[in-house]
Amino acid sequence: MLSENLKQNPIATAVEAFDGDAVKAGKLDRGELTLEIAPGKIASICGFLKYDQHFSRISTVTAVDWFPAEPRFEVVYHLHSVERNQRVRLKCRLHGEDPVIESVTPVWRGADWYERETFDLFGIRFLNHPNLRRIMLPDDWEGYPLRKDYPVTGSRV
Amino acid sequence: MAESHPGQYMAVLEDSTSETGTRRMVLNMGPQHPSTHGVLRLLMELDGENIVSCQPDIGFLHTGIEKEFEVKTYQQAVTLTDRVDYLAPLSNNLGWCLAVEKLLGLEIPPQAQWMRVMLAELTRLNSHLVWLGTHALDIGAMSVFLYCFREREEILKIFEMFSGQRMMTSYFRIGGLALEPPRGWEQRVRKFLDVFPSRIDEYENLLTNNRIWIGRTKGVGFISLEDMLDLGVTGPMLRAAGLKIDARKDAPYSSYEKFDFEVPTRTENDVYARYQVRVEEMRQSTKIARQALEGMPEGPWKADAPGIVLPDREKMKTQMEALIYHFKIVTEGFRVPEGEVYQVIESPRGELGYYLVSNGTAMAYRVHMRTPSFGNLQATSKMVQGTLIADVIASIGSMDFVLGDTDR
Repeated sequence: MLSENLKQNPIATAVEAFDGDAVKAGKLDRGELTLEIAPGKIASICGFLKYDQHFSRISTVTAVDWFPAEPRFEVVYHLHSVERNQRVRLKCRLHGEDPVIESVTPVWRGADWYERETFDLFGIRFLNHPNLRRIMLPDDWEGYPLRKDYPVTGSRV
Repeated sequence: MAESHPGQYMAVLEDSTSETGTRRMVLNMGPQHPSTHGVLRLLMELDGENIVSCQPDIGFLHTGIEKEFEVKTYQQAVTLTDRVDYLAPLSNNLGWCLAVEKLLGLEIPPQAQWMRVMLAELTRLNSHLVWLGTHALDIGAMSVFLYCFREREEILKIFEMFSGQRMMTSYFRIGGLALEPPRGWEQRVRKFLDVFPSRIDEYENLLTNNRIWIGRTKGVGFISLEDMLDLGVTGPMLRAAGLKIDARKDAPYSSYEKFDFEVPTRTENDVYARYQVRVEEMRQSTKIARQALEGMPEGPWKADAPGIVLPDREKMKTQMEALIYHFKIVTEGFRVPEGEVYQVIESPRGELGYYLVSNGTAMAYRVHMRTPSFGNLQATSKMVQGTLIADVIASIGSMDFVLGDTDR
């Protein structure tokens, strides 16, 4: 359900009308719209936003690790509509044990490297991604450096 | 496919003979190839001189800067942003400072805002000059490089005058500027801006109607606008395809809305159009910098926020509070309210976004940099596929990427 201050927001209401179960929360903070989406629905919501709401670009895909809280990971998507000159942030919460989410690369090919980077540095797997390999680190690297339980200093033994 | 031979520098694919009867070959370019401007590796599958597929391989310059942000206080982290895109350090400083200031809700005095605009535009000139020089050098016009670096030297001297550093300036700080603008900066900047338009004419004389330059760049490196938007390309490449997109106009920051300038566009969407767009951008940046110089507001150059901005030296010697604030800022930093922001600025290469998550402590909880080079490089495969190998250098040169910006 949308909070009161989002009832007037055209993007939030459009997404709510498209799939009421998908939107778990939302906020409008410092002029930036954030919608929390149920993880299973992300690909369909992104498809709706791209083809119906003119969000032709995906700026970035990344994640935030809230270790030791659960659900531990937040996958964060920043979308941009050139026509409407608007941006929206989508979020999905994933549990720490085997984090998996559907890829949005079939919707925007530009999500390809961002999802690979998120996989590389957080260990979040993206289903249906065409080429899910490490991108920054060597293929034989162990661990996921941007997780909070990965040390900042020290050498690999 | 190229992917199945990641470790080999050159491999002839014995099993794949093309229709023309030639054998296909996988050719490795980089990561030490001088024309890749850093450590980019391209794996190209060739059929004669035609490129069948191209796989960019990045990550050689990955230094974990995003992790480093999590153990630095907000002011310390400014120095990290310089090192991301080392050809446009002040743009990165600006993006970071604006993101933190947005979370803090901090009001920046006009003089600091205008000074930021002026220096950010000089940074754009600096970056475009390096791009033009090296791009022309790649294609064979060597003298342009020497001309461009002559002017770049002047810009670096201006940066040194302001911040004491030529490249890693860290001159913008949260709340304003790092130091008071130096004595005599107006004359120095005015002298540069007076001659610079004639210098752009010089570059254009060398290139714009040069038949070799036109032959190497016109009609080369085409990629449709739809593909570029889909693949995450931003900046001058989109403008060379006719899309008038510029964060300075679409979502003005640091009082860009008060400046009068045009967003240049072309529709040809090739290497030559990208050249024209960037040259015109240099003229526009000169115009903006001059407006900032002439109309520079009077007043303080840092915000009145005692717990965030370092106090003046003089006050520290006479006032107890100033000394306490100084000690606290230096030893433990300042707290930033909980929340998240995504701050976009127009860097010389395109959309530079800082996604900052704060949990209310003195260090950022998570920082993600949406760097333009990373997004632009994704289009490499699409752009060079089906073209000739001789055009690869011109095509990737026209993207203007920096590998530090890509790999972070």
